[in-house]
Amino acid sequence: MTGNAPGLPIARATGATRHQQIAFLVMAGFFILAPAVIYPVFLMKLMCFALFACAFNLLIGYVGLLSFGHAMFFGIAGYATAHSAKVWGFTPELAILFGTASAGVLGLLVGLLAIRRLGIYFAMITLALAQMVFFFCLQAPFTGGEDGIQAVPRGKLLGLIDLTSASTMYPFVLAIFLGGFLLIYRIVHSPFGQVLKAIRENESRAVSLGYDVERYKLLAFVLSATLAGLAGGTKSLVFQLASLTDVHWTMSGEVVLMSLVGGLGTIFGPVVGAAVIITMQNYLAQLGAWVTVVQGIVFVVCVLAFRRGIIGEIAHAIKKPL
Amino acid sequence: MDIFGIPTQALFGQLLIGLINGSFYALLSLGLAVIFGLLNIINFTHGAQYMLGAFVAYLLLNKLGIGYWWSLLLAPIIVGATGVVIERLMLSKLYKLDHLYGLLLTFGLALIIQGVFRNEYGSAGQPYAMPEQLSGGRNLGFMFLPNYRAWVIVASLVVCLGTWYVIEKTKLGSYLRAATENPQLVQAFGINVPRMITLTYGFGVGLAGLAGVMAAPIYQVSPQMGADLIIVVFAVVVIGGMGSIMGAIITGFGLGIIEGLTKVFYPEASNTVIFIIMAIVLLIRPAGLFGTQK
Repeated sequence: MTGNAPGLPIARATGATRHQQIAFLVMAGFFILAPAVIYPVFLMKLMCFALFACAFNLLIGYVGLLSFGHAMFFGIAGYATAHSAKVWGFTPELAILFGTASAGVLGLLVGLLAIRRLGIYFAMITLALAQMVFFFCLQAPFTGGEDGIQAVPRGKLLGLIDLTSASTMYPFVLAIFLGGFLLIYRIVHSPFGQVLKAIRENESRAVSLGYDVERYKLLAFVLSATLAGLAGGTKSLVFQLASLTDVHWTMSGEVVLMSLVGGLGTIFGPVVGAAVIITMQNYLAQLGAWVTVVQGIVFVVCVLAFRRGIIGEIAHAIKKPL
Repeated sequence: MDIFGIPTQALFGQLLIGLINGSFYALLSLGLAVIFGLLNIINFTHGAQYMLGAFVAYLLLNKLGIGYWWSLLLAPIIVGATGVVIERLMLSKLYKLDHLYGLLLTFGLALIIQGVFRNEYGSAGQPYAMPEQLSGGRNLGFMFLPNYRAWVIVASLVVCLGTWYVIEKTKLGSYLRAATENPQLVQAFGINVPRMITLTYGFGVGLAGLAGVMAAPIYQVSPQMGADLIIVVFAVVVIGGMGSIMGAIITGFGLGIIEGLTKVFYPEASNTVIFIIMAIVLLIRPAGLFGTQK
């Protein structure tokens, strides 16, 4: 199968617009300079969730599939990374690779089942399978049950650079985040990404043009799961902890909310959305269960009145894709 | 006496628990199916509304001294009324959009409702006394059957079959089924479809409230009681397929029993067995056991 269906404006859409280049420089500049004024661990958390949200958005924004179980990839990669780093003594880059690969394999298994149904069913199936993974993590011997895997060593990058201090860990996480972000950008703007958008807009037409829609969807699902795993694995090294929180359905809901607030189907939206939600959680942390209420209200308001999200609104105002 | 090396007491005990869980699965998936049929949304708030039913019963008892039997009538009406408000104020704005927005909205509402109750009552459960008339139980020879549990199974069966009868066999039900197929046409025949949609949502939500009242004396009344349950019910709905009312009822009870038996024979998998069945059904019959693939 070649990706060159006639009529798709591939050439025009593949190159980054000037606005996107500027936005990327602003974002990269922010994350490079921000540790001078903002607590680096908070920023690293933000980047992990931003990458997670971007990975999720790849699926909902560009294929139109709403996964309500993305926490399973995020969480399982966290466990795999933490376990391999702590018990097997993997170096950090290998541990994260192992975690990411685990999420990819899980993504393949779940994807094979879930893409058999569309729309609402797809959301329910991913949610149910994620709940199954949650119970697996609760009972499996290597996850530490309610305690999780604690005191995960960050180790030495390539056996050389000690990542214990934030000054070395931060550039490492930044590189992973920017790398993952650019990869997603590249995927979305590749011929493959164009086919995904064609499937989102009109699946029957994509089929009639000769595309093996199931295979495209499955590949997109696996890519999204793998990148969510990259984010989850990195997070477990940042916090030196893998726990049940990251596999719970509330985490799946949070990543949906981040993408929704920032703007579904925008490149930069999930990053902004993650920043908003993580900051909000930070400031509201002492309010306990009210955080959930506020998140619920944000959900309702976004769905009823603010469906484009922050970046979506800006992009709409300047009439350029962001 | 043993069956397959399992004491009959334990076997029938778990079978009973399975039937009880199945009663709730059936009531909840039935409500979801009725709502989905007409509104085309999956009501994520369903678990929170089930919890709301239990809390309304709890509050009626502790604040106003109104007992179980009145709660059984009042709580579904109150929960249903909140459903009507939600439908009029919010859901009705989303019908022209992608159905996924309905899912997101109801998910947000579930977070709000559960969060508010968690602030007020904490995560611990509140006990709700069993009605006097149904306390105690009887010895059936092979097992002890608590009266209340027998009541839950019978009541749930009656409500489920009653709903099935109304939808499949009455004039009102025929309007409903027609509106599911083609709302414009039914509207053209002079039936107030928007009002029917509102009342259907209220009814489906009321069923969740009823399930909550019935659950209150068995499980503790707690803010999170519906949160995990709703995910299992989603799996039940995927297994049954949403095309048929009877399908939802049969799948609900059947999966409850299977789950109960799993607790006897392989307890480690009792949490996950329904999800595993869902995966198998998706492989063999993606549309669900009673569903039709659209």
